[in-house]
Amino acid sequence: MELETVKPTETQLRARRNRSVAIALALGAFVLVVYVVSIVRLGPAVIERSF
Amino acid sequence: MAGGRSQTEKNFLRMAFVEKTALEDSSAGMSEATAGDFFALLKPRVMSLVVFTAFVGLMAAPVAVNPFIAITAILSIAIGAGASGALNMWYDADIDRLMKRTVGRPVPSGRVKPGEALAFGLVLSVLSVMTLGVFVDWLAASLLAFTIFFYAVVYTMWLKRSTPQNIVIGGAAGAFPPIIGWATATGSVSLEPIVLFLIIFLWTPPHFWALALFKADEYGRAGIPMMPNVAGIASTRRQIFAYSVVVALVGVLPWVLGYVGMGYGVVAAALGAGFVFYAWQVLRMADADPVMRPAKMLFAYSLLYLFAVFAAYLADKVIERALAMPGV
Repeated sequence: MELETVKPTETQLRARRNRSVAIALALGAFVLVVYVVSIVRLGPAVIERSF
Repeated sequence: MAGGRSQTEKNFLRMAFVEKTALEDSSAGMSEATAGDFFALLKPRVMSLVVFTAFVGLMAAPVAVNPFIAITAILSIAIGAGASGALNMWYDADIDRLMKRTVGRPVPSGRVKPGEALAFGLVLSVLSVMTLGVFVDWLAASLLAFTIFFYAVVYTMWLKRSTPQNIVIGGAAGAFPPIIGWATATGSVSLEPIVLFLIIFLWTPPHFWALALFKADEYGRAGIPMMPNVAGIASTRRQIFAYSVVVALVGVLPWVLGYVGMGYGVVAAALGAGFVFYAWQVLRMADADPVMRPAKMLFAYSLLYLFAVFAAYLADKVIERALAMPGV
């Protein structure tokens, strides 16, 4: 028996792709902010810390 | 089994029916919302004002801030303000549906589901406050958290539907950004950003009541107790004029207190005179005026006023700093 699944419409697929790209860009920007601010806040100490 | 279906068969059919119903229910399907719809939830036009006034607060502070830290702070404040806008649109979807001005918003138009707007607002609220706290300053982050709470809970959920003083008290939420900007730079709050807070706080009633005058029908239909719908048009016109005079006076206060130079004082006085002039036109407007052009003019001018006053403040600070540089 073939399993009945939800079949997204063309509009839904396009919207999902649009959202996915936006989420990827937002996450990328957030990673960049965390990276740059870490360097600015810690400066050279970022590699001089004793673990 | 003779004489009908077994219990197992009945249960299977019942489950199949439930699943079919779920599949046919469009609200349970995949979302058709685009990134643009979610961006609209952040109220970008309000956000631009928040970004600008917070930036002026940050630049007015007598402490130099690393540009990357400043960008992070402004970004966090902008996202926090946007998050409170999303929470507002989630809660107000029922009344937004009744007004022409707001019916096209993502939730009432059905493009974004209420649950999505709520989750979006909550996630961004936490993210913006945590980012500001961890990377910039915890006092600023606390003020941002309070601002989001004040706008989403105190104003949207409580005041907006219960009192004509809704935008008077709720205006505090929109007035906080310069204080947050100042706190990101200094880690403290002093009288100077409080004066900037006062300018926005006192500017809010004449700005929104001018809108409420020519949108009174819509607000009435939605059952929102705006001042013209509760106290009447004549009383609102008088209150607008009174607040406008106070805004014009408070606008020059930073110069009187010596925070900025005479250049700012002259610009703020001229802009304030314009504000009082347009408010005077509103005061003279007939109650039965069907077009309410003076109210529309005041609404447009009030936006220009706030941007111009803060731009003049910023320019004064930048020029003062440039002249103080060695060799100038």
